[in-house]
Amino acid sequence: MSKKEESKSRRKFLKTGITAGISAAAGLTGGGVMANKAFAGGAFKKVKVLTTDGKVIEVDEALVEAKAAPETIGRKASMVGLPDRKFVMVVDLAKCKNARACVDACQEGHFLPKDHEWIKLFYLKDSPQTAPYWFPRPCFHCDNPMCVSVCPVGATYKRTDGIVLVDTERCIGCKFCMTGCPYSARVFHWKEPDVEQPDVAYSPETNVPAKEGTVGKCVWCADNLRKNKLPRCVSACPMGVIYFGDMVEDSVTNGTETVRFSQLLEDRAGYRYREELGTHPGVYYLPPSNRSFTVESGFEGHDEEIQKRYEQSVNKYKSKK
Amino acid sequence: MNDIAQQDKLLAKFKPFLETTSTRWYLILLVLILIFAWGISGLVTQITGGHIVTGMRDNVVWGVYIVNFIFFMGLSYAGALVSGVLHLFNSEWRKPIIRMAELVTVISLMIGPFFIFLCIGRLDRLHYLFIHPRIQSPISWDVIGITTDLIGCFIYLYLSFIEDFAILRDQKSINLPKWRQKVYKFLALGYTGTPKQKKIIHKSRTLMSAMIIAIAIIVYSVLAWIFGVTLQPGWDSTIFGPYFVIAAIFSGSGLMIILMWIFRRIYHLEEFITKKHFVNMGVLLLVVAAFYGYFTFCDYLTKWYGSVKINAELIDKLFTEFNWMFIFANYFGIIIPIVIVGIPHLRTIRNITIAAVIAVVALWVNRYIIVIPTLETPFLPIQESRADWLSYSPTWVEWSLTAGGVAIFIILFKLASKFLPIISLSEMSGVDHRELKILE
Repeated sequence: MSKKEESKSRRKFLKTGITAGISAAAGLTGGGVMANKAFAGGAFKKVKVLTTDGKVIEVDEALVEAKAAPETIGRKASMVGLPDRKFVMVVDLAKCKNARACVDACQEGHFLPKDHEWIKLFYLKDSPQTAPYWFPRPCFHCDNPMCVSVCPVGATYKRTDGIVLVDTERCIGCKFCMTGCPYSARVFHWKEPDVEQPDVAYSPETNVPAKEGTVGKCVWCADNLRKNKLPRCVSACPMGVIYFGDMVEDSVTNGTETVRFSQLLEDRAGYRYREELGTHPGVYYLPPSNRSFTVESGFEGHDEEIQKRYEQSVNKYKSKK
Repeated sequence: MNDIAQQDKLLAKFKPFLETTSTRWYLILLVLILIFAWGISGLVTQITGGHIVTGMRDNVVWGVYIVNFIFFMGLSYAGALVSGVLHLFNSEWRKPIIRMAELVTVISLMIGPFFIFLCIGRLDRLHYLFIHPRIQSPISWDVIGITTDLIGCFIYLYLSFIEDFAILRDQKSINLPKWRQKVYKFLALGYTGTPKQKKIIHKSRTLMSAMIIAIAIIVYSVLAWIFGVTLQPGWDSTIFGPYFVIAAIFSGSGLMIILMWIFRRIYHLEEFITKKHFVNMGVLLLVVAAFYGYFTFCDYLTKWYGSVKINAELIDKLFTEFNWMFIFANYFGIIIPIVIVGIPHLRTIRNITIAAVIAVVALWVNRYIIVIPTLETPFLPIQESRADWLSYSPTWVEWSLTAGGVAIFIILFKLASKFLPIISLSEMSGVDHRELKILE
């Protein structure tokens, strides 16, 4: 966020009459973690705040958080990356057992309809003799994104911090980006979303509220990153499969352990999916060696619909043996 | 035969059609309008219900609509070919069919883009293509190309109309309602046939015909690049530009033969549209079919022989799920026209027309198996439990809009041929009529 916009947003907070907003506005640039922790700690704790006319009042902490929430990041602001950041994701295939907590957290967090998944779990097997594995696929936020190249109206763009966003208020729904993406990462709102959308101002960083006839995809939870929080799939995963971090800092974390990004790739022979396509994905994979779970365990505990998804692939892989 | 006599003869020929309208004409029009209205009802369903009413889903994001789009754009090549190329080569025999060709071009260029609009999820934002254009996108190239092509072809069509409007304005033999005479007078732009006017029209038409050929090649290449520039198996091919251009000429010349047959029957134009026209257009179809077959072979051979995993999967799909379509489009569609026109014994007007119908239908199917199987073969496998997400099948909405598109094509043709003779009066004036007869 530029200095100018920052000061503008500060003025706005003062106008709300709650001076506590000032400290939270500082959180915009980095101190947000603290506020979030406090919020998660106790529900409805009262805090004292000073109003502009000099009165001290007591309000719900939750209310302060709500009021202090940064003003909606519009199209312009969403095009600017967070300064000095280059986000990166590492997915450890050895730990994935198709628990689908990432999918659920993503669907819930972004108010996505059932048939509109931003992160998908694939059951893959590369060649007849190799072992099958589970493959979580978010958007790869490529450094040479085909989807951005082909968009005729500039509805999708790449930021300096690596994130590729879609502005569904600009998107005309021509779906060219969907044929452009070789990873099927983009999905379409074929009908009016059947999940109730929250009554918030639209931001390309969240793509909420969703719009019929537009394209959506994983945003790496750009709204969370702005608040110094991890993407929803990362924090939701019970196995710690997904690491997220910053290439500038050379560190990635899955929420419980933080490791050096370069070291992790070196130790575990990290690679990117289909390097030969030249899209330069921002998501790295660690091969499924020394697995924590058997691949079969991924089929357990899901309803029939999920089981059925993989039927065709299971049969295909079997027949090729 | 001198010019005036020839004109009078043609006017006499078209007199009943320009003067009165038969009940049959109205009946057919009514049927076509009903089909078109049915298509519109499909459109209303799609706009109110969302794209979920179509067979398109997250993998096959473009279906029959884009197939129709490429197909109609391809038909517009009839004009570029007959009026453009043959105009430059100054072929005498093309003159009776020149008007048909130009009408095909303009009408199909008007209908084609509507099918791409149907692929667009937010029609209310269509103008963003103009107010927020990104020149890096092949769709923007298309917007520029198609608009230029449409304007160019319209100017070319109008240039060829001016002399006819003047003839219709000046003639006394046909009783036309006052308003129509006024319209002709207005559209003739005061053309009286002075040597200077004739020279200007002739010059600008030659210039435009050269330009139209260039524009047509560019537009269709750009169309091919919408597919060619992506990384998708089957699309990511350098041959796509020229391959699409050849395919377009193929369907364009096929449609010309069909239209020649239809109008020859309706207006009894046996003495103007002769067997020579069918044979000449047929030979053109044969040559183009040979090229087109060669390109198709090149494209699939390299994909199959190299057998990159994803290409192998696509080829496998084409030879299993889409097997009969592949055989019809790429074997029958190419071999039958070549055989029928190639063997002199088989070259009858009826046979050539049948070959043309097969060619045009096969080309539509060919477009279908270029678009759909690729979209059904993504790099990451489609893992779905819902059948409609798994493989594409067009719904009634898509079929009725397709039928509506064909209907409006015929409606516009009917109206145009009611307003002006389907054979250009002015073009025919200079033709040595005996030559046509002798060559037959």
